[in-house]
Amino acid sequence: MTTDIERVTGTALDRVEGRDKVTGLARYAYEYPADDIAYVVPVPAAIARGTITGIDPGDALAVPGVLTVLSFRNAPPLAGNDPELRIFSSDRVSYRGQMVAAVVADTLEAAAEAARLVHVGYDAEPHDVLLRPDHPEAYVPEKVNPSFPAVSEQGDVEAALGDAAVTVDTTYTTPAYHNNAMEPHATLAVWSGDRLTAYDSNQGSSTARDMLAAAFGLEPGQVRVVSPHVGGGFGSKGTPRPQIVLAALAARAVGRPAKVALTRQHMFAVTGYRTPSIQRVRLGADASGRMTALAHEVEEQTSTLKEFAEQTAVPSRMMYAAPNRLTTHRVVALDVATPSWMRAPGECPGMYALESAMDELAVACGLDPIELRVRNEPEEDPESGLPWSSRNVVACLREGAAWFGWAGRDPAPGVRRDGRWLVGTGVAASTYPARRRPSEATARATADGRFTVRIAAADIGTGSRTALTQIAADALGVPPERVDVRIGDSALPTASLAGGSMGTASWGSAVAMACVRLRERLDGAGGEVPEDGIEARYDTADDIKADAAYARHAFGAQFAEVRVDPGTGEIRVPRLLGVFAAGRIINAKTARSQFIGGMTMGLAMALLEESVPDAEFGGFLNHDLAQYHVPANADVANIDARWIEEDDPHLNPMGSKGIGEIGIVGTAAAIGNAVHHATGVRFRDLPIRPDRVLDRAPQIGGRNL
Amino acid sequence: MDVPSKGTAGGAQRTAARPPARTDVTVSVNGAVERIKVDNRASLLDVLRERLGLTGAKKGCDHGQCGACTVLLDGRRVNACLILAVTVDQAEVVTVEGLTDGTRLHPLQAAFIERDAFQCGYCTPGQLCSAVGMLAEAAKGRASAVTADLADDAPVLDEAEIRERMSGNLCRCGAYPNIVAAIGEVAG
Ligand code: FES
Ligand code: FES
Repeated sequence: MTTDIERVTGTALDRVEGRDKVTGLARYAYEYPADDIAYVVPVPAAIARGTITGIDPGDALAVPGVLTVLSFRNAPPLAGNDPELRIFSSDRVSYRGQMVAAVVADTLEAAAEAARLVHVGYDAEPHDVLLRPDHPEAYVPEKVNPSFPAVSEQGDVEAALGDAAVTVDTTYTTPAYHNNAMEPHATLAVWSGDRLTAYDSNQGSSTARDMLAAAFGLEPGQVRVVSPHVGGGFGSKGTPRPQIVLAALAARAVGRPAKVALTRQHMFAVTGYRTPSIQRVRLGADASGRMTALAHEVEEQTSTLKEFAEQTAVPSRMMYAAPNRLTTHRVVALDVATPSWMRAPGECPGMYALESAMDELAVACGLDPIELRVRNEPEEDPESGLPWSSRNVVACLREGAAWFGWAGRDPAPGVRRDGRWLVGTGVAASTYPARRRPSEATARATADGRFTVRIAAADIGTGSRTALTQIAADALGVPPERVDVRIGDSALPTASLAGGSMGTASWGSAVAMACVRLRERLDGAGGEVPEDGIEARYDTADDIKADAAYARHAFGAQFAEVRVDPGTGEIRVPRLLGVFAAGRIINAKTARSQFIGGMTMGLAMALLEESVPDAEFGGFLNHDLAQYHVPANADVANIDARWIEEDDPHLNPMGSKGIGEIGIVGTAAAIGNAVHHATGVRFRDLPIRPDRVLDRAPQIGGRNL
Repeated sequence: MDVPSKGTAGGAQRTAARPPARTDVTVSVNGAVERIKVDNRASLLDVLRERLGLTGAKKGCDHGQCGACTVLLDGRRVNACLILAVTVDQAEVVTVEGLTDGTRLHPLQAAFIERDAFQCGYCTPGQLCSAVGMLAEAAKGRASAVTADLADDAPVLDEAEIRERMSGNLCRCGAYPNIVAAIGEVAG
């Protein structure tokens, strides 16, 4: 075994499955072959709240090729504790678009036609789908995700605000957003006796397996979930979605393999979304810009089915020093689908509000916004008092300022013109927690000189398969070409979800340690690989329990240049730079892609994306890709991401922090702050649409021009 | 709110159960001639994926809104989800599987790997077929919305041109800068 080769972590290794992806050979869930597949098309509820009075499947069943119509009338009851997954369990409708029936047919064409012919009668009740300030039904939840207190308080924030030399008191709103992974949620379910195999699009095959087993009253060992390639998730495939249950139900009902892919329109109803938010931020500072008070109060929505309380104000508990602090969350249970995880839940919307308010405070104090942030650096985690494992937000701001060309920036807003454009620049800080979860992995050496690593990890586009290959290669001391990493299958050693930017840290810990063990075994065997191979296994559960108490977070700084046309309301972003401090970067190529992908989503959050609730009929009005503006190529110009190498010994064997989510954090604030710098007007409701700019054009035109 | 129901149990008018109309179609797909009977309701995309086992072309929206299904139809890029299979009789279709020359990758495929022009890979087959079609359009002197000189029969494919011409292909992973770099490298 070679041991003196150069480390491969940190290099820009090409994606190991790249060839499969560019040749069309990489198979996604709906694309697996099976004999005699039946096609499933679900029927969405047409009302937002009420009772189903009748389901007439007659016309649907009359369509040639239709095998059955499933609904609460004939579907077997499902177990499990997620009401979003217990489909067809009652005659109640809790939101528009909820699955109320499904057609199973020989062909997709027949199933799609018949789904329109299932006649569902409803007894509709008045509904409420609009989040609004001071909603009478708002309440303080017991906790916010995943397990933070909903309210935290330090000192006396009201008194401190009363005494502060400079104060900011503003309210920001963010709309609902949909993850909109390009691959629709899809499952092919195949029963063999009482064993179930699901080829499924998800962010964690172990999690999906456990859910399916619970839903159908099976042992986890009777269920296998296969998901080697997943066409994006961004949180929406973390919690299993109803299509996996539907495929399994349908396959059992017709005694054949059955598959379902949600339509893009239906994805807007049943695959989760980010809650809209109303966020009031109050900041108080002394004349030099040192904050004495920080209050962040959030209102957001959940559903009547189950509580999902996004942790939006949580980043305000750790980002800046301020002796007096208040963070609160209130939620309203509306007649809507349950909100769910979307890239950087909590940090993404919360940091938009906090970092916008920081910019307003900088203006109020007459301070450079970078300087204001530097002055409010906390020495330790302000609420917990824990030491930082590493915190390099100031380095990100300073280095980023140099790379971006921030020096000499004229702070005066609304004074730079270039033809029809007003030009401005903005900055915001970024952060995301660095956590890891227990996982297991095996590493095996075979007599042919190759190594196989097994773990039920997921690669939803993050590059985890490649990163794990690099981690294994370094731990084994061999070149990456000799390592095969098998992931995306619940038959592999159990692993945590791809979520919370924890994937590579969690799986990489297990993989690295399994490889270290294997090397010890090999050394013990004199370096000889026996004929039938040699294997080692590692479970990180105990290591993680023993992790020392530190505040572990990645940090970053986002810089934006914008051009605003006050005549048309158009906003362009010619330059976006993100600088991140996220421990050791395992793959320079895929990491950059992760950062710029997150920043692109943040750009769209600022300017393009919103899911508009349909007050009259429930659900969302703009439920397709023509009306929900996922950014297109021409919306994005020069986006760059850089990073500062950190050497943080308190994380995991790789010294890495997660990078999947931090790219979206702070981007929208940096752009909003740049729009203010360009126009002199604050837009506090996202997205900053052309009509919103035009509404305030008189203020823009009247200032400093 | 009173939502009218579309007929309830027992009260509905039955549609006559007619077998679906089917049509014989002869089509060349990646150079191989296929003779198939297609359901007249079926899109080219569904026939490629569900009947011919060519799952390279992806379905992201089925409504011509994302470009994941882009294939080349008689050399032009089209959204296969918007083409009825019954209309492609005697046509030539090339999918991402047909871009490879034996085991040799198309230069765009190689550039996409090298530049990391994808993450999840789901939009990638559509991006690649779209890029092939786009380069052919540009070579024919077709202008785009950002072409300054509409009479120019050899528009230079700078970044702005590539971005504009590739904007029918959404990438939710946000690989756009790398897609532009990869295509720019091949466009030369
Ligand atoms: S699937 Fe055809 S354009 Fe989206
Ligand atoms: S690579 Fe995932 S959508 Fe483009």
